[in-house]
Amino acid sequence: MKVRKGAKSDKIELQMTPMIDIVFQLLVFFIMTFNIVEVEGDFGIQLPGAPAQHTEIEVAPVKLSLRMTANDDGTLKSLTLDGTKMNSFEQLHQLILKKKPIGAGPASDDLDFEVEIQSDYKLKYENVIQAITAVRGKRQKVAGKDEIITLIDKIRFAQPVGGPEN
Amino acid sequence: MRLQKEKKEEAEGDMTPMIDIVFQLIAFFMVLVNFTKVDNDASIILPSSELAKPPEEKLKHSIMLQMTADGKVILGGELLDLEGDDLDSRLFRERRQAGDKLSEVAIIIRAHRDAATGKVQRLITRCQEKGFVRYQLRAKEKL
Repeated sequence: MKVRKGAKSDKIELQMTPMIDIVFQLLVFFIMTFNIVEVEGDFGIQLPGAPAQHTEIEVAPVKLSLRMTANDDGTLKSLTLDGTKMNSFEQLHQLILKKKPIGAGPASDDLDFEVEIQSDYKLKYENVIQAITAVRGKRQKVAGKDEIITLIDKIRFAQPVGGPEN
Repeated sequence: MRLQKEKKEEAEGDMTPMIDIVFQLIAFFMVLVNFTKVDNDASIILPSSELAKPPEEKLKHSIMLQMTADGKVILGGELLDLEGDDLDSRLFRERRQAGDKLSEVAIIIRAHRDAATGKVQRLITRCQEKGFVRYQLRAKEKL
């Protein structure tokens, strides 16, 4: 028997073109549907509903009032915590840390604070978030892990000063 | 002159590296893609905060209220007026849906960073009038 050498040794060639077509289609599809979602987080606050239904708390927290005023364009003009004027949210944070030090033993936990935020009507909302951030806690690296240490989590809002301009 | 016959053969590029890379890309985008329908309005730029961490557990019952820079409210994809009756009736409907689980329902406030604080507070007050007690102020994570 004669073995036909010529035909059999030919390489079997795959048709690449359709596969590449499809693969590129897939690639384009995934690129188009790709959307970057920013990481978002929440600040939880509890506010009573309209009918005064909340019961009296046994240990009344120490109340701190934070007052923020705004310039005409809505930027922050002044920042006052219980009569102490501050220039920045960093200063506010330091002041809060002084009032409620981190890891000062269980005794400091007995002191419960509540912050009441009162701001001007037209103040930009980002200032409020910055203020809450300064009051609420501190991000700290604990054993290589990012952890949030809570300072004061009771936050309330007082009636804004001023009203709609119209 | 003698023509070289070998030259007639099709010049074949090696496809393997290209296909490798393309598959890598596909795998990359496939893993990262998420089809979760987010009704976050793109025009709202959230204020940033270093304490804003995504919650460990998802809120069971929540209502998303968004506020644009000029103080309009977006609820369920609809642009509503802050003082309008539409918002009132929508909130009322949500309130009725919540039933007796009112204390579990969290209102998520996604307000633009330039929105007036008074307007955000007014929005909260309007929800308070309906009896909602839990509020979440949303901010984006600052790294």
